[in-house]
Amino acid sequence: MSHAQGERAAEIAVRRSLLGRVRGLGAAHAGVEHWRAERVTAYALIPLTVWFVIAVLALAGADQPAIAHWIGRPWNAVLLLALVVMTFHHTQLGMQVIYEDYLHTKWQQNLAIFATKAACLLLGLLGSLSILRIALGRIG
Amino acid sequence: MMVAQATDGRVVQRPLSPHLQVYRWPPTMLGSILNRMTGTAISIGTLLLVWWLAAAAAGPGPFAKVQRFLASPVGLILLFGWTASLFYHFYAGIRHLAWDAVIGFDQKTLNPVTYIILGLTAASTVIVFVVGFLVRAG
Repeated sequence: MSHAQGERAAEIAVRRSLLGRVRGLGAAHAGVEHWRAERVTAYALIPLTVWFVIAVLALAGADQPAIAHWIGRPWNAVLLLALVVMTFHHTQLGMQVIYEDYLHTKWQQNLAIFATKAACLLLGLLGSLSILRIALGRIG
Repeated sequence: MMVAQATDGRVVQRPLSPHLQVYRWPPTMLGSILNRMTGTAISIGTLLLVWWLAAAAAGPGPFAKVQRFLASPVGLILLFGWTASLFYHFYAGIRHLAWDAVIGFDQKTLNPVTYIILGLTAASTVIVFVVGFLVRAG
């Protein structure tokens, strides 16, 4: 390969903008954010899930006052909020990948992703509001 | 044989390569699709979590309704499926995180670990239900 050819090849290799390269944007026009967020939420969900399963088991059959008392304790409320946020963030990230793989009609794929994100946002807010209602209801 | 069009537009018959359903399913294939199926199942199961939280915030009446539903046959089946799905996704998810660090990503490890994950899922689900019933009864 001549020197000129080598330079030409290098030119093609860096056709992507430098900023794009730094941000890790490849042919998919998306960086590693989605993948990384899926992993980070997964790491968070490991201890949160273990804690939640054990806690709910200990509460099996408990009535509403007992459950509300348990939810309203500061650390339980905080961990529950974290569980709800991480769960719905992880859910919409994961479902998006499934739609992208199996729904081949673009508008159907977009609709499914949008609907799932909207549902996750609303359910996550409802869950969070419920926890806060119980936890903050204690004041006063 | 499948029907196809040659580049000049003629309709021709061509041999069809073996497709998904003619292969014996390797455990890894089962493990992979189960991770997505259980993920989808617990995504729908989040409705139960939010209903439980919202009912607890709404008061004794609404909460009793959730408890009655969960104690009904349909509720128990849903809860069982949700628990099993959660455990499968939990263990398979941990394996995914290990794979990211290139741990357990070789031929010798993949299949046995898939069976171990299925075993752990079954054991955890049964234990949770037995303990749950014992706590509720006691």
